[in-house]
Amino acid sequence: MAQRWSAGVLQYAEMGYWQPDYEPKPTDVLAAFRVTPQDGVPPEEAGAAVAGESSTATWTVVWTDRLTDYEHYQGKCYRIDPVPGSAGQHGPGQYIAYIAYDLDLFEEGSIANMSSSIIGNVFGFKALKALRLEDMRIPPHYAKTFQGPAHGIVMEREYLNKYGRPLLGATVKPKLGLSARNYGRVVYEALRGGLDFTKDDENINSQPFMRWRDRFVHCIEAVNKAQDETGEVKGHYLNVTAATMEDMYERADFAREIGSVIVMIDLTVGYTAIQSMARWARRNGVLLHLHRAGHSTYTRQKAHGVNFRVIAKWMRLAGVDHIHAGTVVGKLEGDPLAVRGYYETLRCGKTEADPSRGLYFEQDWVSMPGVMPVASGGIHAGQMHQLLDLLGEDVILQFGGGTIGHPLGIAAGATANRVALEAMVKARNEGRDLRSEGPDILKAVARRSRELDMALSTWGDVTFTYESTDTPDLVVTPS
Amino acid sequence: MRITQGTFSYLPDLTDEEIALQLGYALGNGWAVSVEFTADPWPRDNYWAMWGLPMFGLADPAGALHEVNECRRAYPDCYIKVSAYDSRHGRQTTALSFLVNRPHRESTANGAG
Repeated sequence: MAQRWSAGVLQYAEMGYWQPDYEPKPTDVLAAFRVTPQDGVPPEEAGAAVAGESSTATWTVVWTDRLTDYEHYQGKCYRIDPVPGSAGQHGPGQYIAYIAYDLDLFEEGSIANMSSSIIGNVFGFKALKALRLEDMRIPPHYAKTFQGPAHGIVMEREYLNKYGRPLLGATVKPKLGLSARNYGRVVYEALRGGLDFTKDDENINSQPFMRWRDRFVHCIEAVNKAQDETGEVKGHYLNVTAATMEDMYERADFAREIGSVIVMIDLTVGYTAIQSMARWARRNGVLLHLHRAGHSTYTRQKAHGVNFRVIAKWMRLAGVDHIHAGTVVGKLEGDPLAVRGYYETLRCGKTEADPSRGLYFEQDWVSMPGVMPVASGGIHAGQMHQLLDLLGEDVILQFGGGTIGHPLGIAAGATANRVALEAMVKARNEGRDLRSEGPDILKAVARRSRELDMALSTWGDVTFTYESTDTPDLVVTPS
Repeated sequence: MRITQGTFSYLPDLTDEEIALQLGYALGNGWAVSVEFTADPWPRDNYWAMWGLPMFGLADPAGALHEVNECRRAYPDCYIKVSAYDSRHGRQTTALSFLVNRPHRESTANGAG
């Protein structure tokens, strides 16, 4: 004991941050980190260092710890497993460190506080070559302090009066340069053709070629006209991302005043702004779409950063109604099993630990509504059977190029997607096997739909088959 | 103008046989089926007239199809839809909803031809 408090530098493991006998309490926040220690750093010490640097520790012994019930506030690394197949020069190169944090370490209902605690300083720590936050368990006691989705999947469907099938969307293209009038034309054509939603892109905010208010007015004109012509509720995600909260509130208020059912923000606005907009969306009865702009800078590499499933969890707590979560078959990164894990994290009421899907902990959402995942990026009508089979029904399928690039025009592109989708849902409900019969079902329907026929002949063979840079570990981590 | 509400409006109108298959899917999932009708299906109208109560406890698709046909006989010039309701915790909402009848000539009630 005397040695614990001598001035100087101690190993983190000796300071109480490595506690292999610790039994996590039901109220603890749990985190799983992928740790790559520097050569010569023992794994337990690396795990303890992460626990220490993400909770109470500093690099040297401080006597002021003794003014506190410091053991209560210490993060505790209670388990460390080598990652199969990660061998380096000196044994396994990577480990999964499990760390428990007492609930007292965190401010109620604050993603900013939780993320500053868990990923604030520790990722630059020199004793580690790399560090990745893989997953977290948010205990019900903490989850209940967050608002959660402004509306959630169930309310969104009732609001839109659309059931039993994925929703369809498209991002207006080209991203940059269209005037408000031309932009609204794309919205109108896509919606009247059969899409449920169109969308601003992440970088469409208020530029010289098209200011936000002009865009909003033209988009809502297009939405209303398409709604009148189809008898269906339609929407356009008006991106209110801006430099300040004041600007965002001004834009969102205007969107609500002119009747928009949904507004959109980018992940780049930051966690606190996202929580503020989630409150605004709940208060105003407007759906909130989140584009995960920028996430790949820290989610994509397997050894270092934050896994997207953690971001998905945080955003469900923060309170968005939609978030982009991968397509599996499209142009953007996404291992099938990992993506399935993200979708479960967003949609399910409770998930069990399942390392094959990258889920390291069970998670009980205690009745918090689900977030609608959005599949966007390089998908087309020819993949409809795979999309429905892989992603299920509570998802928004966004075909940007796959709508606007249709040789017969935008409305025809939208119709092709809607026909393919409805045919596939109908066939699935009739008990047909989408994986084996999907392409034939599509071809048969296309004989009655010129729009779908053209879509299939234009894009039917387009695939994006590259290796994922991030996959769950092949061998299940032993427990 | 063809109203495109419901899960299958971009497909040809379903035959009775196809409707029965969808009813079988819904009942197989434990969802209760109901029939509703209206003359004026504006986009946000959540409250169409109910053709009786949701058929809780019904297991046979033929029984549900019978109600669809009774409703068609009574209101041939209305929109009629079948909805399937999932009462499980976490859902407690409609799981599937599709049109099974349209007026002989769809109107221009919403302003377009």
